[in-house]
Amino acid sequence: MAIKISMPKLSDTMTEGHLVKWLKKEGDRVEASEIIAEAESDKATMELEAFDSGVLLKIIVPEGGKVPVGGTLAIIGEKGEDITPLLKSGPVMETPPSADSPLLPDSLPSVPKAEAISDDGLITSGTGRIKASPLARKLAAERGIDLRRISGSGTGGRIIVRDINAAPAAAPAAPRQVVVGREDQNLPLSTMRIAIAKRLTESKNTAPHFYLTMDIDMDQAVALRTNLNTLQSEVKISYNDLIVKATAQALIRHPMVNASFQEQSIVQRGRVDIGVAVAIEDGLITPIVRQADRKSLLEISQEVRALAEKARTRKLLPDEYTGSTFTISNLGMYDITHFTAIINPPEAAILAVGSVRRIPVVRENQVVPGWRMQVTLSCDHRVVDGAAGALFLQELKRLLENPVAILL
Amino acid sequence: MKKEKLLELYRMMLLIRRFEERTAQMYGLQKIGGFCHLYIGQEAVAVGTVAALRDDDYFIAAYRDHGHILAKGGDPKAVMAELFGKAGGVSKGKGGSMHLFDVAKGFYGGHGIVAGQIPVATGMAFAAKYRGEDRVTVCSMGEGTVHQGAFHESLNLASLWKLPVIYLIENNRYGMGTPLERASAVWDLSQKACSYDMARATVDGMDVLKVHEVMAEAVERARKLSEPSLIEARTYRFRGHSMSDPVHSHYRTKDEVEEQKTHDPLLKFQSYLLEKKYINEDQIKAYEDEIKTIVKESVDFAENSPEPALEAIYEDVYVE
Amino acid sequence: MAEITFREALNQAMAEEMERDANVFLMGEEVGYYQGAYKVSQGLLERFGPKRVIDTPIAELGFAGLGIGAAQVGLRPIIEFMTWNFSILAMDQIVNNAAKLRYMSGGALKIPVVFRGASGAAHQLGAQHSQSLEAWYCNVPGLIVMAPSTPKDAKGMLKSAIRDDNPVIFIESEVAYGYKGEVPEGEYLVPIGVGDVKRTGKDVTIIAWSKMIHVALEAANMLAQEGIEAEVIDPRTLRPLDEQLLLTSIEKTNRCVIVEEGWPYAGVGAEISHRIYQNAFDHLDAPILRVTSEDVPMPYAKNLEQAVIPSAPKVAAAAKKVLYI
Repeated sequence: MAIKISMPKLSDTMTEGHLVKWLKKEGDRVEASEIIAEAESDKATMELEAFDSGVLLKIIVPEGGKVPVGGTLAIIGEKGEDITPLLKSGPVMETPPSADSPLLPDSLPSVPKAEAISDDGLITSGTGRIKASPLARKLAAERGIDLRRISGSGTGGRIIVRDINAAPAAAPAAPRQVVVGREDQNLPLSTMRIAIAKRLTESKNTAPHFYLTMDIDMDQAVALRTNLNTLQSEVKISYNDLIVKATAQALIRHPMVNASFQEQSIVQRGRVDIGVAVAIEDGLITPIVRQADRKSLLEISQEVRALAEKARTRKLLPDEYTGSTFTISNLGMYDITHFTAIINPPEAAILAVGSVRRIPVVRENQVVPGWRMQVTLSCDHRVVDGAAGALFLQELKRLLENPVAILL
Repeated sequence: MKKEKLLELYRMMLLIRRFEERTAQMYGLQKIGGFCHLYIGQEAVAVGTVAALRDDDYFIAAYRDHGHILAKGGDPKAVMAELFGKAGGVSKGKGGSMHLFDVAKGFYGGHGIVAGQIPVATGMAFAAKYRGEDRVTVCSMGEGTVHQGAFHESLNLASLWKLPVIYLIENNRYGMGTPLERASAVWDLSQKACSYDMARATVDGMDVLKVHEVMAEAVERARKLSEPSLIEARTYRFRGHSMSDPVHSHYRTKDEVEEQKTHDPLLKFQSYLLEKKYINEDQIKAYEDEIKTIVKESVDFAENSPEPALEAIYEDVYVE
Repeated sequence: MAEITFREALNQAMAEEMERDANVFLMGEEVGYYQGAYKVSQGLLERFGPKRVIDTPIAELGFAGLGIGAAQVGLRPIIEFMTWNFSILAMDQIVNNAAKLRYMSGGALKIPVVFRGASGAAHQLGAQHSQSLEAWYCNVPGLIVMAPSTPKDAKGMLKSAIRDDNPVIFIESEVAYGYKGEVPEGEYLVPIGVGDVKRTGKDVTIIAWSKMIHVALEAANMLAQEGIEAEVIDPRTLRPLDEQLLLTSIEKTNRCVIVEEGWPYAGVGAEISHRIYQNAFDHLDAPILRVTSEDVPMPYAKNLEQAVIPSAPKVAAAAKKVLYI
């Protein structure tokens, strides 16, 4: 019995996937749990594993093709098996681009090529070209809609009028800047870029943001870090590791900041899973340190390092980057002193961390050098009020200024 | 036949001969393109035939049609301009050598598909009869044509319905490079008429007076009795099948062509006229001069006539 | 309005035009004493006599060419091919003479001839008697090609064809001869080159002609049951084509299915779809689909024949496909 291999949901926000590479070709034997392809979600490139054994009878989505979650990627079964019923059934978008579409009525099964009804306009997806009907293209241009943001519901994923009608109209384009001597470049959107654009726009548009900035005295934290890195050479502990640990502890005490706004209620999260934003080529991703409050500084340090490496090589598994409860974005390494971050929905707040700087400070009426750091908390006002956010930052400040506490 | 009429025939044969000699020259100068089939050697057939017709009678021919349109009264200037592909041509430059038309003179082409003109001729005769006119239609064709179905279908219809049409086979011995004996099961082509119970005759196509005599009889039969005829005129072309075909080649010898030239219909008729004292050397010279001028003027006219306008491409496809 | 059959409509058209113009005559196999192989010329011999209703021998090349010759000197022949399959024997006359003589003569000649007869598959007539050859004739400049679908159109179109000064290929469906329909009282003409909306709808345009109009309308009824409103367009004249009518409909529906009884390869629908792509590209939301006969000679067996010819379910399926349903 032939069965379909479908595009799995590889992230919580994923609606469609990009088939990057087939590791098997039609006719190849496939064993259960064997890796057969690589697919890209909005977050990462994933390995697809077969759940059944058999022969790869037909590849439906070619390399470079896109398919909605649940859409058929391929069919496996026994050699010589009739797979036409599988090709016929299912949603239209699963239909492969094919010249001989099974349109003829059953009265004529033996005619191999139904040229009487030939679909002469199917656009192959192998080139990564956007498939859209002429009318859809025209309407999209009129309405300023970027076709790359829309997934097509027509044959072979073709974008058709109903997809355009369902898409929100774009804001009027900004006036073009004249750059002398260099032409504008049109860079295609990656799946990740599309996800970032979609999610952060949604966040800014739905969550009312406000921002709290605080100076933190890092003298003791700097000293502690130096000591820890001298005492052991196993891992090099970073300021960020300290911040993750301190944040986790502060969140335990201020659960309202570790929460989500839902339609009918506010959910205080039972766990503290901290997402750490990692810049990677053409985007960013937030791998998660699970239950950071329960992990030692050393554990956190090791984990963050491993996750960052996986992020850069796009090897993160979905549960390694989906479902965080709070996010930290640190641009200190770029000498950024202060910035505000956009909340990673559905979380209630995000911490933007600046660089640890040696600056003149006033201590006991003396101007002396001191280590300082600025953090800014972006809060979703539907969940976190000003005072609640301030109290959380005070706790964070207290922990970082007395870092021995986080070692307890 | 009166002397004046005889001289008129002579003059027309001379015009066709000199016109075509100049045509060959113009072809060599690339003033004329495409297929170009010369009538030299066969002039007596067209001229003798037209001599038996009224001006309002219909004449339709195959692609070796320069002689026929001139014999039927076509303007040499417009004919040469057509060969040159000029707007002043008889078909405004859209017909060419094989598709010469002069409807006002009763000349309906100029057909490039072997036997294509025969059903059409039959229809013209049908129309004349339908309207109660006493017009006669002459349909000229080469001997290679008689093997086509259109020929046989048409002869049957014409005989069945007693149509005033004369089918004139101009047997110049060769259908392109194939001699009659290698193409036809019968040597005497007028025998084909027997199958359709049609009047028939064979005539020496190198003798304009004999052609006229036989045609006059057939025309009478058509006009008075509304009955068709099949006439075979035995003739010979002195040039190749077309301009791209040498005078003598694999299919015929130089000796054969030279021997045939001793029966040149123009010279033969000229001798006859001299013998009968209808004409003298001075008069011949005068005719030659006149014809030379006409042909030169034709070439000049063709040369000076404008090319057809590009807008003409879409003109005359349909009656608007 | 009187309800008459398609063949009666054609008969009326010829009778009226023969009455009107003494230059009009009918010629063909079995048109006279036999009353027409499909009884289209019934009663005409009695009414107009053997001079104008002329039985021919079986010689399509001969009498087709005869019609052209008669037309070029002023008559207005109606040449009946018992079926268009036999016109192949007369192709040289139609293509090389009827279509070209005006052009080759620099406009000196006109050829007001109508070639008409039965076309298309009937019931198990086999490969040589079931052809729809309109694409062949549509390919030739100089010819007009008409293919009526209803008795009303048939009468008005044939009268226009007879009065036109150009050679007209007039294609009648053998199966449709018995179809009945309302025909206006009194004289009327359907102009050459003007199409007709046979059913209005907003969702998908179905273009068809001749017998296929009825297949298209049946498909439209099937679609209507699913809430899909198809617009059925009949160009009526295939050359010249009423392009504007087609484009207007497609600008409304954004989708098009072309139904053609002939073969797919280089069919009339191929040209029509090209023109739509060329002139209405930005109005299309789906590739145009064509429903044609299968690309095979017509088989004899009943089930195979039915499977080869376009049917309403095939047309409905194509319509749904361009609607992405």
